[in-house]
Amino acid sequence: MTVDAAIVGPGNIGTDLMYKILDRGERVDLQRMIGIFPVEESDGLQAAVDEGIDVGTDGIDSVREHADEFDVVFEATSAGVHEQNAPVYEELGLFAIDLTPAAVGPYTVPVVNVEDVLGETNNINMVTCGGQATIPMVHAVDRVADVEYAEMVSHIASKSAGPGTRQNIDKFTQTTAAGLEEVGGADDGKAIITLNPAEPPIMMRNTVHTQVSDSIDVDEVRASVDDIAAEIQSYVPGYEVTLEPTVKDQDDVGFDLGDTVILTTQLEVEGEGQHLPPYAGNLDIMTSAALGAAERVAEQWEAEAAVGGEQDD
Amino acid sequence: MTESPRVVDMTLRDGMHAVDHQFTPEQMAEIAGALDDADMDVVEVSHGDGMGGSSINYGMAAASTEEYLETVAPQLTDTELSVLLLPGIGTVEELDMAADHGADICRIATHATEADISQDHFEYVKERGLEANGLLMLSHMAAPETLLEQAQLMEEYGADVVYLMDSAGALLPDGVRERVGLLVEELDIDVGFHAHNNLGLAVGNTLAALDEGAVTVDGCLRGLGAGSGNTQMEVLVGALERAGYDVTPDLYGTMDAAEEVLLPMLDEDTMPELDNDSLMLGYAGVYSSFLRHARREGKRYGVDPRDILVELGEMEVVGGQEDLITDVAERLAEERGTAVEADD
Repeated sequence: MTVDAAIVGPGNIGTDLMYKILDRGERVDLQRMIGIFPVEESDGLQAAVDEGIDVGTDGIDSVREHADEFDVVFEATSAGVHEQNAPVYEELGLFAIDLTPAAVGPYTVPVVNVEDVLGETNNINMVTCGGQATIPMVHAVDRVADVEYAEMVSHIASKSAGPGTRQNIDKFTQTTAAGLEEVGGADDGKAIITLNPAEPPIMMRNTVHTQVSDSIDVDEVRASVDDIAAEIQSYVPGYEVTLEPTVKDQDDVGFDLGDTVILTTQLEVEGEGQHLPPYAGNLDIMTSAALGAAERVAEQWEAEAAVGGEQDD
Repeated sequence: MTESPRVVDMTLRDGMHAVDHQFTPEQMAEIAGALDDADMDVVEVSHGDGMGGSSINYGMAAASTEEYLETVAPQLTDTELSVLLLPGIGTVEELDMAADHGADICRIATHATEADISQDHFEYVKERGLEANGLLMLSHMAAPETLLEQAQLMEEYGADVVYLMDSAGALLPDGVRERVGLLVEELDIDVGFHAHNNLGLAVGNTLAALDEGAVTVDGCLRGLGAGSGNTQMEVLVGALERAGYDVTPDLYGTMDAAEEVLLPMLDEDTMPELDNDSLMLGYAGVYSSFLRHARREGKRYGVDPRDILVELGEMEVVGGQEDLITDVAERLAEERGTAVEADD
């Protein structure tokens, strides 16, 4: 079975998501792209029209008007707008996949916890781009060796950081750190982001440091990371582990490690280049994760239907 | 041109890089006390990478910012207390904590071209009624006109001062003059300058900046600081006096703080030195705090730290990207077939 979906917010993220759904959405049918400006003033809506997708230009009113056409809404607006829209989606019986930092619903990383949250809520949040890239790595370590502390460092090209990220940089680090703990499983989490203006623009790069007991089996950790990386690649084709978990011990750092070691993993995310350039892996991983989550929603509803349950709408 | 520049001592902040962020609160209190006795204008305290910088990536500090501020603040009478924050590493929460612990000045630093990530932070500092300084890092990487645009953003957000940071110690005196000169001419707020000594130019560049109209300048006792170190404070005070400036800090007091208080806390490994690796930072234009990380990774992977630094310079890495050092060291080792002992 497939789910019918609408995208609210035809900006860069919404437009990239549209192309991804059209390119490789297996169980997701895009029914409508909704914005707040006339088509001639919106590149995203124009792109939808060009692809033969119906559009709406009255924001949440368009959602209400066409709510019978779709079951899933991708929110690609802003945190403030999603906070206003979320109760309306709920009232209309729509399942919301929130790509903004609003986090009305639980943090969701498809490869880690989507099954856990799907039964509980009709609104899931995609954390942050850096969170989608690094939380699975923390989870991969944590499931074989308890992670006392996890730290992620994300480097993104200046050109791929829009005004939303720039004006709310604290929101990025705070939300990502919370995701490292709540979804990744670290006892404590910290997130760092840097913007690099180099030309040509750098690919999105991430480093994940985890602090674990010095008695861990590093081969077991590497196998766990390999497994999860392969799963992520099924929905983020440009995801690549560039440095497999490598041990740093007391001799390699300038501070006291006690009876722990540090495992450092690095990864790069190259975008698919549908709408955004390949270096903007940070944006790409958000739209890929959102589509991945929608596919899981479709699978789950199908499974529920198969056992005689009825989709509630 | 100012007659009485403000002098900011960062031994307890940029100096933290040189000791892997391991000063204890007690050591900080002792140094701060000596600087207060010497009538230093401002003392800056925090992890080398600012509040929130304590991390695996940059090095865990020996204590929390809160503990450092709690021991240092009571040592200061007329000397003002400054803290540093890099948005993306620390957040408004740290500014809030520092304001509660007696900070007078909050310095907000971004890469030379990324000032627009700092608006919230400036607004918060002004809301708390503190002095806000904007710091544009790695200013050798941007043209004077670009730096001016970025400085104007910080001015608009509420900065009382904008500093140009020569974070790589890569600027030559002419480069300092054209950058500082343009900002002094075009901004309505004060301009500051921060040097590193990787090309041996820290004191000279600082004098050039003052000559162009900068009014506040940075240094560290004994020239501690990232890379080869910052402008050597006691030398700067002496040179400023000789140049005819009227400076607040006492020359002997500053010299004594350096030699009698700081020096016994240092050893062969932490003593500031303009050696081959730190010279390379200035030559290649690389963020000074990368030095000790590049040495460690060079050792792990059997690669000359100078080669790592040159490669990082070519990649145009910016402050905060310390983790890429591992990546570069690994790649160079692989290309050259150096024995890798990094695994396990």
